[in-house]
Amino acid sequence: MDPLKELAKKGLYSPEQEHDACGVGVVANIKGQKTHQIIDEGVQVLINLGHRGAAGRDPETGDGAGMLIQMPTKLFGREAAALGLDLPAAGEYGVGMVFMPREVQSECRVLVDKVIEAEGLVVLGWRDVPVDLNKIGVDAREVCPAIAQVFVGMGRGIKDAAHLERKLFIVRKVLEHSAIESGLSDEQANGFYICSMSCNTIVYKGLLMAHQIAEFFLDLQDQDLISAFSLVHSRFSTNTLGSWRLAHPYRYLAHNGEINTLRGNVNWMHAREAQFESALFGDDMSKISPVTNPGDSDTASLDNALELLQMTGRDLDHALLMLIPEAWNQHETMSQEKKDFYEYHSSFMEPWDGPAMIVSSDGKDICALLDRNGLRPFRYLVTNEDKLVMASESGVLEVPPAEVKYKGRLQPGRMFLVSLEEGRIIGDEELKRKLATKNPYGQWLKDNKVTLKDLPKVPEATPIGGAELVQQQQTFGYTIEEIRMLTSVMAENGSEAIGSMGNDAPLAVLSDQNQVLFNYFKQLFAQVTNPPLDAIREELVTSLGTFIGSEQNLFEEIPEHCHQLRLDSPVLSDEELSQIKAIDQGGIRSTTLSALFDREAGEGALKKAIADLRDQATEAIASGTSIIVLSDRGTDNRWAPIPSLLTISAVHHHLIREGTRTKVGLVLETGEPREVHHIALLIGYGAGAVNPYLALATVRDLAERGQINGINPEYAKKNLIKANEKGVLKVMSKMGISTVQSYRGAQIFEAIGLNQDLVDEYFTGTPSRIGGIGLDGIQREASERHELAFGSSHIAAKKDLRMGGAYQWRRGEEHHQWNPESIAKLQYAARHNDWDAYKEFSRISDDETRKLANIRGLLDFKKGLTPVPINEVEPASEIVRRFATGAASLGSISREAHETMAIAMNRMSARSNTGEGGEDHRRYLMDENGDSRSSAIKQIASGRFGVTPNYLINATDLQIKMAQGAKPGEGGQLPGHKVDDYIGWVRKTTPGVELISPPPHHDIYSIEDLAQLIHDLKNINPDARIHVKLVAEVGVGTISAGVAKGHADVVLISGHDGGTGASPESSIKHAGLPWELGVAETQQVLVANGLRSRIVLQTDGQMKTGRDAAIATLLGAEEFGFATSALVVSGCIMLRKCHMNTCSVGIATQDPELRKKFAGKPEHLVSYFTFIAEEMREIMAELGFRTVAEMIGRTDVLDSKSAEDHWKADGLDFARLLHRQESDDPNEPVYCDREQDHGLDKALDHELIAQAQPAINDKRRVEIDLPIHNSNRTVGAMLSGKVAKLYGEDGLPDDTINIKLTGSAGQSLGAFLTRGTSINLLGDANDYMGKGMSGGRIVVRPDPKATFAPEENIIIGNVAMYGATGGDVFISGMAGERFCVRNSGVRTVVEAVGDHGCEYMTGGVAVILGSTGRNFAAGMSGGIAFVYDKDDSFDKSFNDGMADLESVSDPEDISTLKELIENHKKYTGSTPATEILADWDAAVKRFKKIMPRDYRRVLEERKLNGEGTERELEAVGNG
Amino acid sequence: MGKPTGFTESGRSAPDRRPAADRKSDYLEFYQPWGEEQAKEQGSRCMDCAVPFCHMGCPLGNVIPEFNHQVYLGDWKGALETLLSTNNFPEFTGRVCPAPCESSCVLSINSDPVTIEYIEKEIVERGYENGWIKPELPAKRTGKKVAVVGSGPSGLAAAQQLNRAGHLVTVIERAGYIGGLLALGIPEFKLEKKVVQRRVDLMAAEGITFLTNTNVGVDFTVEKLLAEFDAICLACGSTEARELDVPGRELDGVHLAMEYLSQQNRVLSGETVSDEDRIEAEGKRVVILGGGDTGADCLGTALRQGAEVVHQLELLAEPPEQRPSNNPWPQWPQVLRSSPAHEEGGIREYSILTKSFSGSNGKLEKLHGVKVEWQPGQDGGRPSMVEIPGSEFEMETELTLLAMGFLHPEPAGMLDQIGVELDGRGNVAIDANRMSSVPGVFVAGDAARGQSLVVWAISEGRETARAMDLFLMGETSLPHSLPEHW
Repeated sequence: MDPLKELAKKGLYSPEQEHDACGVGVVANIKGQKTHQIIDEGVQVLINLGHRGAAGRDPETGDGAGMLIQMPTKLFGREAAALGLDLPAAGEYGVGMVFMPREVQSECRVLVDKVIEAEGLVVLGWRDVPVDLNKIGVDAREVCPAIAQVFVGMGRGIKDAAHLERKLFIVRKVLEHSAIESGLSDEQANGFYICSMSCNTIVYKGLLMAHQIAEFFLDLQDQDLISAFSLVHSRFSTNTLGSWRLAHPYRYLAHNGEINTLRGNVNWMHAREAQFESALFGDDMSKISPVTNPGDSDTASLDNALELLQMTGRDLDHALLMLIPEAWNQHETMSQEKKDFYEYHSSFMEPWDGPAMIVSSDGKDICALLDRNGLRPFRYLVTNEDKLVMASESGVLEVPPAEVKYKGRLQPGRMFLVSLEEGRIIGDEELKRKLATKNPYGQWLKDNKVTLKDLPKVPEATPIGGAELVQQQQTFGYTIEEIRMLTSVMAENGSEAIGSMGNDAPLAVLSDQNQVLFNYFKQLFAQVTNPPLDAIREELVTSLGTFIGSEQNLFEEIPEHCHQLRLDSPVLSDEELSQIKAIDQGGIRSTTLSALFDREAGEGALKKAIADLRDQATEAIASGTSIIVLSDRGTDNRWAPIPSLLTISAVHHHLIREGTRTKVGLVLETGEPREVHHIALLIGYGAGAVNPYLALATVRDLAERGQINGINPEYAKKNLIKANEKGVLKVMSKMGISTVQSYRGAQIFEAIGLNQDLVDEYFTGTPSRIGGIGLDGIQREASERHELAFGSSHIAAKKDLRMGGAYQWRRGEEHHQWNPESIAKLQYAARHNDWDAYKEFSRISDDETRKLANIRGLLDFKKGLTPVPINEVEPASEIVRRFATGAASLGSISREAHETMAIAMNRMSARSNTGEGGEDHRRYLMDENGDSRSSAIKQIASGRFGVTPNYLINATDLQIKMAQGAKPGEGGQLPGHKVDDYIGWVRKTTPGVELISPPPHHDIYSIEDLAQLIHDLKNINPDARIHVKLVAEVGVGTISAGVAKGHADVVLISGHDGGTGASPESSIKHAGLPWELGVAETQQVLVANGLRSRIVLQTDGQMKTGRDAAIATLLGAEEFGFATSALVVSGCIMLRKCHMNTCSVGIATQDPELRKKFAGKPEHLVSYFTFIAEEMREIMAELGFRTVAEMIGRTDVLDSKSAEDHWKADGLDFARLLHRQESDDPNEPVYCDREQDHGLDKALDHELIAQAQPAINDKRRVEIDLPIHNSNRTVGAMLSGKVAKLYGEDGLPDDTINIKLTGSAGQSLGAFLTRGTSINLLGDANDYMGKGMSGGRIVVRPDPKATFAPEENIIIGNVAMYGATGGDVFISGMAGERFCVRNSGVRTVVEAVGDHGCEYMTGGVAVILGSTGRNFAAGMSGGIAFVYDKDDSFDKSFNDGMADLESVSDPEDISTLKELIENHKKYTGSTPATEILADWDAAVKRFKKIMPRDYRRVLEERKLNGEGTERELEAVGNG
Repeated sequence: MGKPTGFTESGRSAPDRRPAADRKSDYLEFYQPWGEEQAKEQGSRCMDCAVPFCHMGCPLGNVIPEFNHQVYLGDWKGALETLLSTNNFPEFTGRVCPAPCESSCVLSINSDPVTIEYIEKEIVERGYENGWIKPELPAKRTGKKVAVVGSGPSGLAAAQQLNRAGHLVTVIERAGYIGGLLALGIPEFKLEKKVVQRRVDLMAAEGITFLTNTNVGVDFTVEKLLAEFDAICLACGSTEARELDVPGRELDGVHLAMEYLSQQNRVLSGETVSDEDRIEAEGKRVVILGGGDTGADCLGTALRQGAEVVHQLELLAEPPEQRPSNNPWPQWPQVLRSSPAHEEGGIREYSILTKSFSGSNGKLEKLHGVKVEWQPGQDGGRPSMVEIPGSEFEMETELTLLAMGFLHPEPAGMLDQIGVELDGRGNVAIDANRMSSVPGVFVAGDAARGQSLVVWAISEGRETARAMDLFLMGETSLPHSLPEHW
């Protein structure tokens, strides 16, 4: 049996979490001329995209490759004749490409024949597809299906080709739905798969590597196989045991990206099915359901939806735009009719949200589209011979430069259609104009749409106050702490409260304290396979707007669709709710249902109340209600509120099952939600809008009593709503979701501590992997709260709220692992090197029976094992090498604390971590006493602060931080006041200027991008281990498998609870999972995939003791991180004020006075880590292990103990967690024993280094001249590493190494380039050019033979000069998206840029001689940009959030600008530069200067204080 | 939350004390009132620690960061509510507590702690001034009757809690005053008796019955006690003083500290004491044996009475001024403590063992002592004491007060008659539910714990009240109080 399938049953693996990414390409003849050359070129494109695919443990088995082409009628004519089949004319027959499990091949054929006949079509015959099994990998061959084509003729009653196509669709659907019934086993049914069944197109695909496709499918070599286009795809998936069916393309599309809201989209599609009606299908309609098949991938589901919309009458482009609309509602320049088109369609189709680069075809048109965020590259060129080559990269097909007519790229939200019939490319404007004017959408909206402004004002409910308010707050479980720390902060600032130092409180299911249901859910977040978003700096792609009401039949274009209530926000004020409750406008009517249960009815009361509520909802819909308000107002001493999350989700899922969900909008009127996580959950489980009436009443009351810093009650309420809106956007953007409409019902959560029955019934489809409480438990907790408020027969109601202690330790409230006792004991033990005191600490810490703070507290070592003598156990000095401290940056903590940890870890040959903030290069030199202050692990985070070649080569480990435990999926901010001269100097930024770390790495939007960054880092420092830091969540094991395949050397699984940085409290508390789950899942999945032996598994998150490390080892980890405990040893007393710069013990502060109070010593840390290792040895001896290696993954020596004295923990089930995955291959141990093959031998840099020897050794000038291809990636990095190793920060003198390259450069050209190297590229370049460069020069211009005008053509890809700290770059031509993102030193000239130019820039100069895309200068806090604004329209593209627009008048500016443009002309011969210089005095007036406000303030302050140049600053730092 | 940067901006500043010379001439409290701004500024120094060690350090679990923050904001009423949620009598602890909270304040790691105790006193006094502290009557009466024997801080705390739970409470006190050591032990200049009476009056208004001059086992039979009440709380204290068994102990002029202190309090309350019984220090050379709080109370009293000279002698070695490294924060610091009385005069000496007293006519004249040296114990064991040869000395004294602590409750009489079991130290043995070996008879305070602080006594009283309520009703809404219950 497939080990992964088995694992899905027994372990923590969940197949739904599989991800993939890829390279996509199209070669087409625009005029529709069919040739075989197109096929060959498609294959060539695939091969040249090879590095975007991946292979698993069998290097010859790929993740999948495929090709979609037009129906090859010529070949089939010939073949049919040979087989004796009688084929009708082209268009009058269809072909099904069928995979069948070999052992049931004949059964499958019989089934296919039967269904075809039953649907009134004719089976013309079968053809075995000729393949060469020797050309594919062993693993692929083992699971290779029988592949055959079935020819289907028109039966009687089939009117035309379109009708035949629809019938073929029905046949395929029926086959998909009937495989199991026909007697196939699950596994056989899964292997029985129809790649395509159409009269227009055919798909060849399989578990292949790019280069194997044509060797395997002999048809593809056949000259008679011709097509006007070939659409190809090469896959990089997270698993290794790939499947033939998962290769792309699907029937209509190939996809590079990920649909984040899949769960919701699928549910909504399913909910709509009951209303499906189409004249084109009639009774056949019912055969289509379900539209998507359970367990299908996101792409397969999207393909199904696209197919359905198309089959039922919409054009390909129309259907695609419905599914993946561009960001329209905040678009400054979009025409009203286009906005109307999008708004109209949003009333009945939510976006399939997530990064998506889609290419699709129905055989007649080829339609390509990029989602609103545009986070996938797509480049194209058109030749003079009408050939289109379009792919994820430029340069995938050799095209002589002289033949290129133009080069372009697909922009965010844009679309592009090749009409083979019309023989032309139809651009975005024309396409969308055509669609937008097809119907009078604007008029329809005007006539039908209802907004709150249209509705009459209604008096709101009387506000609650006084004792009643307290009673209500008690009923819903409010605490004094929540109100003080969360609610009032939101009401004061309109944003969420910030906290620090992670979460050390128990999971809800392990807590002794009453927990609201919300606390049993954890937010999921994007890591690696898709990027999170920045909802602040990139707000323009987000939308809070939604429609609520009754949807109509999806297939009709009718005005009634938009006869719904349109809301601007999902969070409603009391006034707005009153309006909705009173609404009666045409077909829009609302009904309010009471969501209370009878506490006195005892056991089963909640269950009954929900059942009643569900019945009432059904009745309300039947009687024509289009909005149901579920309300928990009206509690009294008998009636208690149903937890609001249960209310909404129970009703939502009931209506989905019933097929009525889209007939009605659901609105919650509830007292329970009071923080962002609560609102996010309610929306995520189906609420269209939420009125948090009690939270609003609470802040009104606080404001009235003057407790919110003078904020008046109205503002307090507004701020609370605003904070929740912003917060929900943030929670969504963690997952990369842009619109609330898609987020609604998308269930982007994992439950922890809820049992399966409960989840299946009320939270259907939510992962919950360790069991827990059921409905009775929920009722018990809800009743407790109610009893506190209303009292019982003996006890009067309580007067005050509970104190609360979830965020801060309070006696008698929530248990915290860090409490006065544990902190004091640990500090004593470490400072006095006192083993007994340490044992006392570890006893307290491990005192699991009483406190049950975490999962490992419920695990025990088995008794009765054969111990070994402790002196035979490996020494502590070996074990400590496996230890690391946390990634706290210099900046977040003081220099003293940072260096103390580095010295301590280096003394033990263990590892400290720089964190995200660079490192003072003087620390790379040894101290006089032999100590080293250089952190072994250098972190590479999304801000790339201080990431220079010198930094990278002075590391033993390079850690890519994909997520952090305290706030996975979020970026960070270092406020200006923390960036003192020294910090600014180390980070290569301007002191005093705020620094923003974006949520995603802008060079990692997908797994193949991560592989690329790993490759970049390995190039510059081949000796370093490359880490990828992830945070535990469901699916992290699967992502780790992808990371292993991307050639990372170490994967770090962080627990949700650790993390020392400042974060929103809701992220600290509610995102991510314990590492126990993450480590176990990762170990299981890596072993099952045969990948474990090549990657080290590290973990961290509130680890404190030897027992913690031992349990982590048994679950699968081999290295361990300690962050909080290391800080506690250094003196941290958990003020949790790290974000305020007021750390009283000199750790998390830059205040010079407070820093003096730092009292930590390296010796303290050495003592502590030695104690942990010694304690681990004791455990190892007891369990019979001599080495850590033999202990890894041995879950068989763990027991889960019963938690008898804890009613909640009783229902937990650790069987999956403790599943021991054993290797099926004796050569593959379950721990890391070998190095990854990084493929560095193929690097072009070997040649560069060889030729540059005179420069490297003697600083002599060298000239190098080489051709370059897109497969030459990361050119210049390895060379720079060599230079940095010898010459450190300074590099070589300018222009020592001169490299001329001709052709299309691959990704990361000139990455980490050091001073002294110049790259002069003739041709074009792909993404990530100049990332991290610290000096040198890059010049890019088209090949001299090219005839197109460079300034109108795309010459370099996206994300150029990301995190660069120095150097000059001149680009003759246009650049893609995110030009100069987080640049802090490069000076550059370019002729046009895409969206988000100069985003997060902190330094350097960018000159743009032409147009810019939208959102220019978002988050830009430093540096200067100059834009040549010829037609005075730049302000529409400019994001004024942090910078101002000015004219260029300062003489210093003018001279800088002129010098750069002159250099640009000198190096590239640029036409725009020549023209501008020719008319300089007039031209200079047309330039706009973009000046960050913060930057100007600091520069002015500096001028005032008479402070001088950067040089002097460095001297300050040196002092 | 205080003010995030408060502690970096303001230093610690306690209320001013009256000049020592003034103080010696009367028995009034020695602190000057505090202005509101000063209180707020001191409140602003609180760092709002996420792990507030003060809150742990306080035996009552006072929620200190919360009330500091409220004081900083000027929300005195809110601060009072916070304070009263854990502490029945902040007006006592705000005056006489040695403030373990301040020793464990996080600021005290490398700076001066927040003035928690003074803030506490400010809050409660403002509560009284503004009339916010009013009798709180229970919503309903349970019909259960309970007795509390002993009216010290633990008895009073238990009584108030039990009354709030709806039980009918009778407090039985053998002395003529309600308050136990609060009334008779602690000198007026530390705790003016009107402060105690103010609280007692409130409690009476809440419906609590006080019986004074009623000695259970003598004036009130144990049988009656057990028959009339559904549950009983013994809060009779640890009243058996540690004696000094040396020659000359019987001489006139050698007294137990408590005899001396309580007599002075009675006199100040207007009682008359015959000259024969009167213990007075005026014009005398006074020696106090014992370096603790009671000793300091004797010192302050003796100075006020006009003693010629006062020596306070302590057997143990002089503690260091700063914490030694093996006694780090947040442990209770074993350092030299000076009470305000020490500012007023007196001579403190350490490492002195009293060998005997001598005198003539049955009257004390001299104390004979010797200096001792304390040697560290073996393997972390107790240090041992060695007399220093040749260091013997004599000290002239007419009045010597023995302030060497208390051993346990008096076993004879009530305890014996009820038949409760005692533990190895002579305290009343209790089970996990704070019940003695006799069903329905519970224990609170020093009688169970041994001699301790007022703040512990209140905590004990609260905890025992909770246990009794649970015993009587099967469930309780009274909170836990003792740290071991967290």
